[in-house]
Amino acid sequence: MAIVREQRKRLLTKTQKKTHVTTKINGEDVEFLCEPHHSLLEVLRDVLRLTGAKEGCNNGNCGACTVLLNGSPVDSCLVLAVEAEGAEITTIEGLADAGHLHPLQQCFLEDAALQCGICTPGFLMTAKALLDKNPQPTEHEIRFQLAGNLCRCTGYDKIVRAVQHAAERLAENNAQSST
Amino acid sequence: MDALEYVAPKSVEEAVACLAEQGEGARPLAGGTDILVQLREGLKQARVIVDIKKAPELTALPETGNGEFVLGAAVPCERIYGHADICRSFPALVDAARIIGGWQIQSRASIGGNLCNSSPAADGVPPLLVHGVTCEIAGPGGRRQVPAAEFCTGVGKNVLQPGELLVSLRFPTTLGLCGSAYERFIPRNEMDIAVAGAASWVQLDDSGETITAARIALGAIAPTPVLAEEAAEWLVGQPAREESFEEAGQRARAVANPINDKRGTIDYRTHLAGVLTRRTLQRAVERARGHRS
Repeated sequence: MAIVREQRKRLLTKTQKKTHVTTKINGEDVEFLCEPHHSLLEVLRDVLRLTGAKEGCNNGNCGACTVLLNGSPVDSCLVLAVEAEGAEITTIEGLADAGHLHPLQQCFLEDAALQCGICTPGFLMTAKALLDKNPQPTEHEIRFQLAGNLCRCTGYDKIVRAVQHAAERLAENNAQSST
Repeated sequence: MDALEYVAPKSVEEAVACLAEQGEGARPLAGGTDILVQLREGLKQARVIVDIKKAPELTALPETGNGEFVLGAAVPCERIYGHADICRSFPALVDAARIIGGWQIQSRASIGGNLCNSSPAADGVPPLLVHGVTCEIAGPGGRRQVPAAEFCTGVGKNVLQPGELLVSLRFPTTLGLCGSAYERFIPRNEMDIAVAGAASWVQLDDSGETITAARIALGAIAPTPVLAEEAAEWLVGQPAREESFEEAGQRARAVANPINDKRGTIDYRTHLAGVLTRRTLQRAVERARGHRS
């Protein structure tokens, strides 16, 4: 970990030509400076202090750094921060609405769909993208679409059930709001 | 990863000029799911990253009007399987696009990038071979076309010369009752690299009972994805049923020239070449019959 911290310090202090990036994060206009090799994950965590997205593998295998880029889930470790110019990004910090947990967050809590929690923000963002696109997914569809998120604690069953419950709850909420 | 500069040219010509000027120090960036990892791990170097996604030709997905498709080399997998006409006409490509990494990878990774990375196990490449795709390459000296089957020249190697850029993939019109399929074998359900893979394309006569044309391509069984030409030629005129698929699978094994590694043995990969050929032929025929009106 010390080596990683040292590398990060070097990344952030080395003087290189910085690029000015204008983007929208969780509905707000955000501007930042970054170097061309910085990943979106590095900027989110180390520059903007949005530390919800986690660094697991840093090579696109684990999905812990998942955010939505123009509505689609991406591994933010595999997006260059400069590529965020003009994009709309949603991170886990933007999932709750004015202090009210999103039904997915609530169901993850109620169903104990997490243990250590490192993978949870990534799972929630992919699940959010899934339910936005397909509000009533089958169990198979949930497992297939969440395949890019790894969890080493839960064995996945509780996560899948929490997503199923969240889908039901969102449908109930929609039914209530339309009556 | 110490790339010093990021540029995002607005056209193919601009991108090619930039690549030509920088030579080996410049790397094109499409989805980045391979190249960013390779740069970070020091497997490849770059002084300049040339983001090609701002050039409209690279991200276009136009139909030419006669059923032919020109797929921009940087179009991500997610847009491919979200495209109804591609799902109908080139289902083997869609099969592959759905299983390259997880959703996070598919929303970024492109088939053009998959081809340029030139892994023998690339899921996106055997479908290009069976659909008879032509690659459009732009370079300092102009443009040239290369059949997808001739694009990869070795493990991680291809025909691109310094300064050249893969622009698009041209899918020819499919006539008559056609279907295709891609399948790979991995020891888990998702998120793995193929131990072996196969794509099949068939054309049936009007009755849907006899094969009139076929192509079979295998992945991860040789240094590059390869066409099993003898097996495909044998299928012409054969009845579209299980015995034919089985025989074609046995014949396709002849082109397998795999290695032993952590993913599988030579024997196992050769066996898989036969099994996956049989299965993809079966599915391709079912899909071709689905087009009967």
